[in-house]
Amino acid sequence: MNKIWLIIKREYLIRVRKKSFIIMTILGPILMAAIIILPTYLAMQGHDERSIALYEENTAFFSSLKDSDDLNFVKIPFEEVSFLKKDIGNSPYYALLDIKDDENFTLYSNQQVSLSIKEEIQDKIANILQHQKLKEAGIDLQILQKSNTPVEVETIIIGEEGETTGNAEVSFGIAFMCGILIYMFIFMYGTMVMRGVIEEKTSRIVEVIISSVKPFQLMMGKIMGVALVGLTQFLLWILLTLIISSFAEILFFDASTLATEAGEMSKEQSVIFSEMLKAVAGINIPQLLVAFLFYFLGGYLLYSALFAAVGAAVDAEADTQQFILPVTIPLILSFILMQPIMDNPDGVLAYWTSLIPFTSPIIMMVRLPFGVSNTELIMSISLLVLGFLATTTLAAKIYRTGILMYGKKASYKELWKWLTFKG
Amino acid sequence: MQKHILIAKDIVKKYGNHTALNHVNIEIIEGSIFGLLGPNGAGKTTLMRIINQIIAPDSGRLIFDGNPLKREDIAKIGYLPEERGLYKKMKVGEQALYLAKLKGMPHHEAIEKLKYWFSRLDILDWWHKKVEELSKGMAQKVQFVVTVIHNPKLLIFDEPFSGFDPINAAIIRNEILELSKNGTTIIFSTHRMESVEEICNHIALINNAETVLQGPIEKIKNDFRNNTFSVKLKADNLILSNNFKILDQQGNHYQIQLKENTTANDLLNELIKNEEIISFEEKIPSMEDIFIKAVKDE
Repeated sequence: MNKIWLIIKREYLIRVRKKSFIIMTILGPILMAAIIILPTYLAMQGHDERSIALYEENTAFFSSLKDSDDLNFVKIPFEEVSFLKKDIGNSPYYALLDIKDDENFTLYSNQQVSLSIKEEIQDKIANILQHQKLKEAGIDLQILQKSNTPVEVETIIIGEEGETTGNAEVSFGIAFMCGILIYMFIFMYGTMVMRGVIEEKTSRIVEVIISSVKPFQLMMGKIMGVALVGLTQFLLWILLTLIISSFAEILFFDASTLATEAGEMSKEQSVIFSEMLKAVAGINIPQLLVAFLFYFLGGYLLYSALFAAVGAAVDAEADTQQFILPVTIPLILSFILMQPIMDNPDGVLAYWTSLIPFTSPIIMMVRLPFGVSNTELIMSISLLVLGFLATTTLAAKIYRTGILMYGKKASYKELWKWLTFKG
Repeated sequence: MQKHILIAKDIVKKYGNHTALNHVNIEIIEGSIFGLLGPNGAGKTTLMRIINQIIAPDSGRLIFDGNPLKREDIAKIGYLPEERGLYKKMKVGEQALYLAKLKGMPHHEAIEKLKYWFSRLDILDWWHKKVEELSKGMAQKVQFVVTVIHNPKLLIFDEPFSGFDPINAAIIRNEILELSKNGTTIIFSTHRMESVEEICNHIALINNAETVLQGPIEKIKNDFRNNTFSVKLKADNLILSNNFKILDQQGNHYQIQLKENTTANDLLNELIKNEEIISFEEKIPSMEDIFIKAVKDE
């Protein structure tokens, strides 16, 4: 036990002291914060105001076309049209809108007109035409606007602890985050274990070490050590992301702009916002956290043992392909299944894939925010524990033979034989 | 009676259809330097791995220091495998300390002993260097130190001199002899027969998964003598009676084998009559000859 602790310590320290770990740990949150902040920041920056030259012969759109933040329309006489068509680049206009009649609209520009501008103009014109037609049909526009009533259906989940407010969007978001994180974690740190095993094999230190400790101790020590690395990185990411994003908010958005932003939040938005807060409160956060940690580690343990076995079976990382594929297929499959499971979190597919240990770490986390019965959860957890005990036993057998096979390219037949060798 | 540090009885190890060790018996006397010889693939490495409990035999028993070999005994055995290496990215001192502690040494004792061995082999300057900065020979010295650091009763070296230049090989050889003088038993596996003759006092030869020869090196050499004498004469036109057979002639240097019922004195008598003798000695077979003969006769 003392020895396995020494191994865990080495595997942990050697990785967290690496430059790449430190860089990843710092860059990760900066990237995350950038993803959160940049869109808001850009959205707050003023847009370039673009002038659109408008020429119409038989219609009267100009009077109804309202300027917006980034577009203003200037009516031009016929003489300018041919001149603009020749050399619009040197004119103050971004584009020329030529309206022949109610059906033919053409936009001239010396560059590809951006999609958003094209759509904005289309919307404006469509709106004007719609109003015109409604008027012709004798419908009062004011009545029409009043009749537009926003509706938000509140969802209530009748659970064992009484009624809680549900929100499909929030559950969706949390489910997606959990699934992606577990998928990433298993992949990143599973391959890290595999590379560690290959490194020990190619550097030929493995036989020196297993003359002091059992191969199983070396394998488990590595797996545990890397798990701690993963947890450390994950916690640091959360911590740093919080710190960086709160700092950035102070730096980029002073309080007044924040206030106006909040003020601009429409009534509809604020309703959604409070709904979301209520829904978050409705989700069983402690259960979610505990389950997340469990599936995070359970899934990792299950897969990393297999990754370790793959590392032991090969001589160089380039040879891992043939063995890696069957190991990663269930992982990738659960990743693909995330979307359909979120659409139908109580279906047959969701039920079975959240029980099978190879898919349950991701799928169960995706299902949890939508609510899963305790019996199912306990079944899934027990199966995962059995699952990683099974893969670890199996992997240990391949591992202890594989690490001593130098310069041999193992086949599946060979691996099968290794399973039968006596330790 | 001599005390045995290790007895391997009837060891069998199979890998699928391949038999790596077929009822192998080995007895190693305490304090001896024991040469474990054999061609590639004979099963030497498998046997050494079994002694180190890296793998388990299918059947057979191992007695270490009078008792059945148990897990804790690994602290009393030092093993330098043929396929050896170090973590490239780790610093020398830190790594040596890690390996010493894995052997079960307490922290302070490990540091103290490492400092002793590092200064003894003149490598104390490397403590903070990364292994990847060392040459192959330098790394081998570090590996030697971590093999002997815990002062084991039994040391197992698999090709210890590969990768060393002659100067460092001599340093390591002297260290091994020194350890032997202090009572450590040494198992020494190699293909280099001249170093076997230099160092070992007992040998076992394994071929095709079986022990074909075992015993004190002098006795084995005696058993392999074939009544051949190496004779140097003044002239190079020797003619001998039918009692003797000239096996080889290089100028005035002859290899002469005695036939049945003749002695070295008979040969000397015949030579003295006609020739002027420069040198005359019995040709003792080298370990290399014995190795080749034993393996071929199998």
